[in-house]
Formats: sequence, C-alpha cells, structure tokens
Amino acid sequence: MAAKIALRNLAVAVAGRQILRDVSLDIEANTIVSVIGPAHSGKTTLLRVINRLIETQPEFVRSGDVLLDDTEVRKLDTDVLRRRVGLIFATPVPLPGTIFDNIAHGPRLQRHHRRRQLEDLVERSLRAAALWDEVKDRLHSSALRLSGGQQQRLCIARTIAVNPEVIMMDEPTSGLDPISTAQIESAMRELKQRFTWLLVTNNVKQAARVSDRVAFFLTGELVEEGEAAQIFTRPKDKRTDDYVSGRIG
Amino acid sequence: MIIRPLVWQRAVLVFLAVMTLATLVVLFFIIAFIASKGAHVITPEFLFGLPERMGKEGGILPTIIATIYLAVLAVLIATPLGVGSAVYLTEYTRESIVTRVIRFGADALAGVPSIIFGLFGFIFFVIKLRMGWSVLAGGLTLAFMILPIVIRTSEEAIRAVPHNLREVSYSLGGAKSQTIMRVVLPNALPGILTGIILGIGRSVAETAVVIFTAGSSLLIPRSLFDPARSMAVHFYILAREGLSMPRAYGTAFLLIISILAINAVAYLLMYRLTRKMR
Repeated sequence: MAAKIALRNLAVAVAGRQILRDVSLDIEANTIVSVIGPAHSGKTTLLRVINRLIETQPEFVRSGDVLLDDTEVRKLDTDVLRRRVGLIFATPVPLPGTIFDNIAHGPRLQRHHRRRQLEDLVERSLRAAALWDEVKDRLHSSALRLSGGQQQRLCIARTIAVNPEVIMMDEPTSGLDPISTAQIESAMRELKQRFTWLLVTNNVKQAARVSDRVAFFLTGELVEEGEAAQIFTRPKDKRTDDYVSGRIG
Repeated sequence: MIIRPLVWQRAVLVFLAVMTLATLVVLFFIIAFIASKGAHVITPEFLFGLPERMGKEGGILPTIIATIYLAVLAVLIATPLGVGSAVYLTEYTRESIVTRVIRFGADALAGVPSIIFGLFGFIFFVIKLRMGWSVLAGGLTLAFMILPIVIRTSEEAIRAVPHNLREVSYSLGGAKSQTIMRVVLPNALPGILTGIILGIGRSVAETAVVIFTAGSSLLIPRSLFDPARSMAVHFYILAREGLSMPRAYGTAFLLIISILAINAVAYLLMYRLTRKMR
C-alpha cells in the first residue's frame, strides 16, 4: 500500500537556520503516527511544511519531497491541500463568534452549503469530536466561553467539518487536564477509520497510549521510526532509548 | 529630609486626584457655560426653521442638514480608501522602506493644520476642477483631512487581530482574501469604527475647511453641487460678526450635543457588534 504522506529527504531552513535535515518518513493511511522529541527538534515545522503554512513566513527554504497520495504538495492549491490535511494547534484557538459559526467556518469558505445541510454537518462534526452533548443547547453562544478542553475539541470538530483525509495535531493536549486529554485521545482512536492522524507530542506516555507508529526527532533529524511497542520497549538507537526512558528531554 | 513612603504615597494620590478633578471641572465648566447660554435658544422653531436676516433671527435647519451632508459624504469617501489602504499595508506588504514612508506620510498628514487642507481643497477642487463652493468639494476635502486618522486607527486594529486566528482560517482552506473578509476585518471592526467616529467628530467640528470649500450659503443644499454652511461655520460667523450671540451659543450647544450623541450611538453600536464575539 502506498503511503498517505511520504517525506523524501526533506530538509528545511528558516532564516538561514537548518530546522529539519534529510527526513524520510512514510505515514500509512488510517494510522495514528506520533512524532516525539524534545523542544527544537523541528516537530512543529514538520507539520507546517506538510500543509504549507510555513510559506507565510519569509526566508524559508525547502528541499526534498513532501508527497500526499504520491502528489507533491507544492503542486496542489493551498486551499485544496489544507482542506485535505487539517491542522490543530497547541493552544485551542476558537474564532471569536458562536460555536455554530466556528464549526461552519470551513464549510462556508466553500459556500455551497444550504442551511439544513450546514446544521446537519455541524451536529455530525461535534458528535465526532465528542462535544455534541455538552454544547447542543448553546450552539449560538460564544465559543470563547467554553473550557479549554471543550475549546480543543471544538477545534477538532471544526477541522472534521471540512472532511479532511489527514488531521495533524501539534501538542493538542499540552495545556489540558487529564480528563480532557483522555476525551481527545479516545476521539482519535474512534476516528481512525476515517482519518490518518499525525500527532506531535511532548508527552511520551501519550504517544505510547494512542500511536500505531512513533517517529523520534532530535535537533531536526529523524533518529528512529517504528511500531510504537518496538520504540518504547526495544529502541534501536541509544538516543531514542535515552529519550523514552526519560534520561534526556 | 526623609519622607516616609506612606506619606509620600498619600501625597501622590492626592496630587493625581486633584489633577483629574481639575480636568473634569474645566470640561464641565465649558459644557455648563455653553448650556446656560445656549440651551434656552433651542426650540422647535430654532431647530426646524430657516434663518432670517443672516441668522440674526429664525432657525438653523440648513446648517444642520449641511453638517450631516458633509460628514456623511466625508466618511463615505474616507472609509473605503482608508480601510483599503490599511488592509494593503498590513496584509499585503512586508515591512519595508516603502511602507514606512507611507506610514510616515499618513502621520505627517494627520498633523497638518486643517486650514491647509482647506486651501488645498479650494485651489484643487473648487477652482481647478471647477466644483465651485459645494458640498462635493467640502466632503472630498474633509475626507482627505480625516483619511490619516482612518488609516492609522484601522491599521492598528487590523494589526491587533491575533496572528493565530489567521492561521486557523488558512488551515481550514481559507484563501487570503477570505481570511481578511471573514476573520480579520470582523475582528478589527470595533477599532476601525473608532477611527471612523473620530473622523465624523473632526468633520462635524471643522470650520476652516468648510468655509474654503463649501462656502457659507444659508440655503438648504439640495444637491452635491450646492454650497452649504455647516453648524460650526454658522457659529463662527454669528459670533465673529456679532450677529446674534444667543443664537451662536444655541448652535454651539447643539453641536456639543450632537457630538456626544454620535459617540453614544457609536459605543452602543460597537457593544452590539462585539456582544456576539464575547
């Protein structure tokens, strides 16, 4: 089976600083892949290169290939690419406005939705992100009044509403309590049939809980990639062992 | 001599309170003074009547209409130009020598005395473009006068919209123009409105520009090409020529009330607009 996302000898520099070097990685469809590593390993940059959000920054240089279903992402229009590959940020960022408007924002950008369809879509997206029961009676009140955990699930629902193929998350639970974290992790597992997940996390235990495969990055280099169980129990590289066992990080 | 910190703190507190009080007293004195001299002049005949004997008698209806006409025209012209420039400067250009020159130019324009704008409007619109003394020439000149305020306040407001809101819109497949229309501008709206309100205030209060470009006709302006006299100009002429001090104060009182009303309405509007976002 061909990889959903394939990175081939990817190297990235921003403002003259090398962020990623010679990264080659395959991400299979309908799996949860975690990217772990200490700060400044290039994890966030990796996500922003895949959906080309990095291009909003000046002085960015890239070599190598980023393939989505065997197509170089630079050959896709950014709006099409970003609908196919969603991104969820470390801190939840609700748009100022109602819960409904937040979920409907993405679909409305494509403007072919009728009111009824939109209501249906909002409900399905909120259900998928396990938020519907908590907010169904206040869809038209401000999204900023939700708690942090609810806001992050709102962001997930908002991404689901544009029906992506891949969902990338950048330390999505770094500011959340254990219960909210567990809700998000179980939503990921339940939605594995629909999406491919690429999860950047600082939390090694989280990677162990949810991932099928794990990639360990250190200072811009992909040190090791493999089955989650293998990475955590029999890492091949000394540096991986040091990181997952807590000796560095 | 050593002053104990507590005593010193007390002294500072008293000093600041006195300063604030003095400012408020002056402000209230001005309003109370104008009100005491002008409030009794305000009658339905004064508000809705036509002036007689050059304003010595009768009402001020034409000047009220002219004031609204000029301010609305100025804002209608300055808003798209100003907000458009602000969007261009913040969203479509990188910080460079060019943007800095433009910004410096806008700031410099904001500090130019209004009479210079008046003279420019007179030479360019009234004479060169043959508009004559007219609401159109007046509105255009006022628009250029308030343009720097609209640009700079809109720019600040747009810049204050958090960058991550833009990234959210992009990551949902939003194009740049969609992101600006649906995320950036709605969130910058309160700030942009503040600039527009300041612009309305400046237009309503302006005399020099209006005398030079719209003239001082006491007839009701019926089209863009008619000359007109705003309330501020009317007050100036009544007071300067000693035609009727009570009517001058009456006009001044109405002017102050309208500016207070414009601000009140604007705050109400802003509250309603942002309520949904909170």
